[in-house]
Amino acid sequence: MSYLLLAEQLLNGVQFGMMLFLTASGLTLIFGVMGLINLAHGSLFMIGAFAAAAVAAMTGSFVIALAASIAAAAAAGVLVEILVLRRLYTRAHLDQVLATFALILIFSEGTRWLFGSFPLFLEIPPALSGPISLPGGLEYPLYRLTIIGVGLVIAAGLFLLIAKTRLGIQIRAGENDREMIAALGVNIAQLYTLVFALGAALAGFAGAMVGALQSVQVGMGEPVLILAFVVIVIGGIGSIKGALVGSLLVGVTDNLGGFLLPALFRNFMDNSAATATGSAIASMLIYILMAMVLMVRPQGLFGART
Amino acid sequence: MKRTFASTLAAASVLAAGMAMAEPVKVGMITTLSGGGASLGQAIRDGFMLAVKEAGNPELEIIIEDDQRKPDIAVQLADKMIQSEKVDILTGIVWSNLAMAVVPASTAQGKIYLSPNAGPSALAGKGCNPLYFNVAWQNDNLHEAAGGYANTAGFKNSFVMAPNYPAGHDALTGYKRMYEGEIAGELLTKLGQTDYASEIAQIRASGADSVFFFLPGGMGIAFLKQYADSGVDIPLVGPAFSFDQDILQAVGDAAMGVHNTSQWNKDLDNPANAKFVEGFVAEYGRLPSLMASQGYDTANLLLSAMAKADVSDQDAFLTALRAADFDSVRGDFAFGSNQHPVQNIYVRKVVKEGDVYTNELVGLALENHGDVYAAECKM
Repeated sequence: MSYLLLAEQLLNGVQFGMMLFLTASGLTLIFGVMGLINLAHGSLFMIGAFAAAAVAAMTGSFVIALAASIAAAAAAGVLVEILVLRRLYTRAHLDQVLATFALILIFSEGTRWLFGSFPLFLEIPPALSGPISLPGGLEYPLYRLTIIGVGLVIAAGLFLLIAKTRLGIQIRAGENDREMIAALGVNIAQLYTLVFALGAALAGFAGAMVGALQSVQVGMGEPVLILAFVVIVIGGIGSIKGALVGSLLVGVTDNLGGFLLPALFRNFMDNSAATATGSAIASMLIYILMAMVLMVRPQGLFGART
Repeated sequence: MKRTFASTLAAASVLAAGMAMAEPVKVGMITTLSGGGASLGQAIRDGFMLAVKEAGNPELEIIIEDDQRKPDIAVQLADKMIQSEKVDILTGIVWSNLAMAVVPASTAQGKIYLSPNAGPSALAGKGCNPLYFNVAWQNDNLHEAAGGYANTAGFKNSFVMAPNYPAGHDALTGYKRMYEGEIAGELLTKLGQTDYASEIAQIRASGADSVFFFLPGGMGIAFLKQYADSGVDIPLVGPAFSFDQDILQAVGDAAMGVHNTSQWNKDLDNPANAKFVEGFVAEYGRLPSLMASQGYDTANLLLSAMAKADVSDQDAFLTALRAADFDSVRGDFAFGSNQHPVQNIYVRKVVKEGDVYTNELVGLALENHGDVYAAECKM
């Protein structure tokens, strides 16, 4: 096994982590600030991807498509928050799970009704397609490097938003004691709508970015949602820093595990058995990681609450 | 007076018998019409209903239900169709795991099952049943054809890859059964995986001269787009499922020129196929897919048996089905001893016609090919 391959896999892990971070950051914001378990986050991801694919097909511009994905997901988020979720903040988590699960079904069938069952086409913009040569002779797709870059920019933007702005102060205050900041004259309902729209917009943006690499189809959000929950549980609920570190941990563990474990088993098993055993254990690896983190730190790596 | 009464009675009984004759054949179609796999079920339904419409047979009644790709729901629907709807024949299932849940139970209750897609090995070998017909293929077939194609293309060192679930294992087994060269590497991916960067890196490093992959649906779209963008240019080969008409448009240029194996293509030269393609485009405004062709053949097989025998006489009806006396869009079509197809499997290549991505035939992969499980079937 060459070091070049190992380096590429490490880069793949980081890149996969950044892809997860785009989705998980919105989820952790909503979960942390509003205490809402939003299973429909994956649907917002899907809405972003579909909006991007439809607009890209019409205009041919990836930039306009990205803008459309953000707008469509944020609009869907605001609508859902005002019509449905507002009634659920004081209810038990189980009620929220039930209601947002219903939203998944509504969004999925609604999307099918609008766009049909066949997957849509969304491609990487020509300027970002193809591989480039990195130092050390590594060929790596430019678009995947772009995702790493965009992920870092969003992470920095969210840190600044939370740490430096008035809105960030309100968000942090709302996280700690929502009655108190309502009493201090902050319009909590409006704040919640805004936070939810921001989380939805992040999900929609992630859907468009990731959709260009994958397939834009109904139900594309659900596998992402599960991983995003794993990420925020590992990172600590409500923490952007936790979401970033959790994403990278999950991404690298998943990639290196899937690659190294079958290779490891090949030392003492025949090829097919090693592949089967290694792949099976590798697919459990991130859940084992989550269980281990929870045993040592039940609140997650950067979580404030227990 | 008595006599008129008797003759009225006789007339009434004749009438009743006549009405029994006109009692339609009831078909229960359980297929996937919502969720991620809906495009496949829709294609099967559309193909099937096109044949039904063309035949215009008033004695055929179809009940369609959505299984949501869930085995438990498929079982419930089958129970409902058998017990309360009293269907004569079941069909429609896309996925092998759903077929395994429904088919043995339906045949045990004396219902005929015509599979338009799923062909798990368990139902082709020891578990074969006189009431079960597969009109598409045994699961291994297209992968075996890919292996056969790899030999003729001169590939000596293949990298093989499939999702880690039973049909994925069957795919690798099927390919390796026919392929004679070396294996450069073997990977089992996660079912539903959407990012293939790690696999592509390993393909790049493996020194393979070809890549065999079986990744149906969205997995295939994701892999093909990422593979094309990675700059790796080792030739790909695979079964038709990642190159089906309905998903090719979502893959775009990334699939161009890839060779794939299929028992059908829209340019297969026979009158039944020409009529099917033309009729499908006129009815639905899109080109038919492989799944649609299988649905169409399934309906025509059923109609051919209805023309020969009454469904209430099950032995005669089964004999009529076994004869497969219909014009298949694949050209020659016959059932083997386990009631699975014996048919030609072709190599196709992805091309662009105008703005539409589609496949063209490039040659024959396997001629009159059955399956290895037929030997284990004792009927």
